[in-house]
Amino acid sequence: MIPLGHYLIVSAILFSIGTAGVFLRRNLITILLSIEIMLNAVNLSFVAFGRQLGSYDGQIITFFVIAVAAAEAAVGLAIIIALYRHRESLNPDAFTSLRW
Amino acid sequence: MPETLVFYLLSGLAIVTSALVIGQRNPMYSVLLLVASFGALAGLYIQLDAPFVAVAQIIIYAGAVMVLFLFVVMLLNAPQEDAAEWDRTHPLRQPAFARFGALLALLLVVQLVWALLTAAGTDASVGARAGSETVSSVRGLGRTLFTDYVFAFEATSILILVAMVGAVVLARREGDQP
Repeated sequence: MIPLGHYLIVSAILFSIGTAGVFLRRNLITILLSIEIMLNAVNLSFVAFGRQLGSYDGQIITFFVIAVAAAEAAVGLAIIIALYRHRESLNPDAFTSLRW
Repeated sequence: MPETLVFYLLSGLAIVTSALVIGQRNPMYSVLLLVASFGALAGLYIQLDAPFVAVAQIIIYAGAVMVLFLFVVMLLNAPQEDAAEWDRTHPLRQPAFARFGALLALLLVVQLVWALLTAAGTDASVGARAGSETVSSVRGLGRTLFTDYVFAFEATSILILVAMVGAVVLARREGDQP
């Protein structure tokens, strides 16, 4: 059997990759994708801990995370479309003013 | 042991494809690589005796959310980011700051791995404490979801309704009549 720690290390590495993506990339779509990577890393931790403790709670929290991620992706992409119509750009540095 | 081999194969695949997602210049390739990453994670869920989560991952994440991303990437005809211009102007890309940032990121990874390696109880193999009690049945999952978590479940349905209305309002053109 695989130790719980190995799952947690995989999850930590995935979360770090997602964090790096949010900070390093300058494309709104890639930043949203990095957030999805982070959410998936957390999901892996939840499922591994739930299996370890013999409880369904980990899997159920994972469902809620998936539902929230779907809602977040829908709203986030709608905001990206609206921003792109205004500025013809996906670079977050182009959206520095609060109103135009 | 085939089990261990499959675990390292799947986790390596997930990590490599996730790293490639943030390394790609073209958002289209990023989305497709992320689908591969989600597939590998679904395999890990199956190994963790959570087949329903694995199927939900494939259907909802890889099937619905990523297709939404693909639609937007194609709809916007998404431009690739202008890396050269950004490299020149961004303050964090000055050599001193870049090195400091890379050092901090490395420190974060080292600290996380160290904390996980020294934490108590992580050496126990997954499921050892659960004993004979298995948590893979969809029946038990549904029973827990619709008894202990029924309020959160209904709240999620309202959240999704609000998100749907919000997305339609936000993506509407200014001149359109509602």
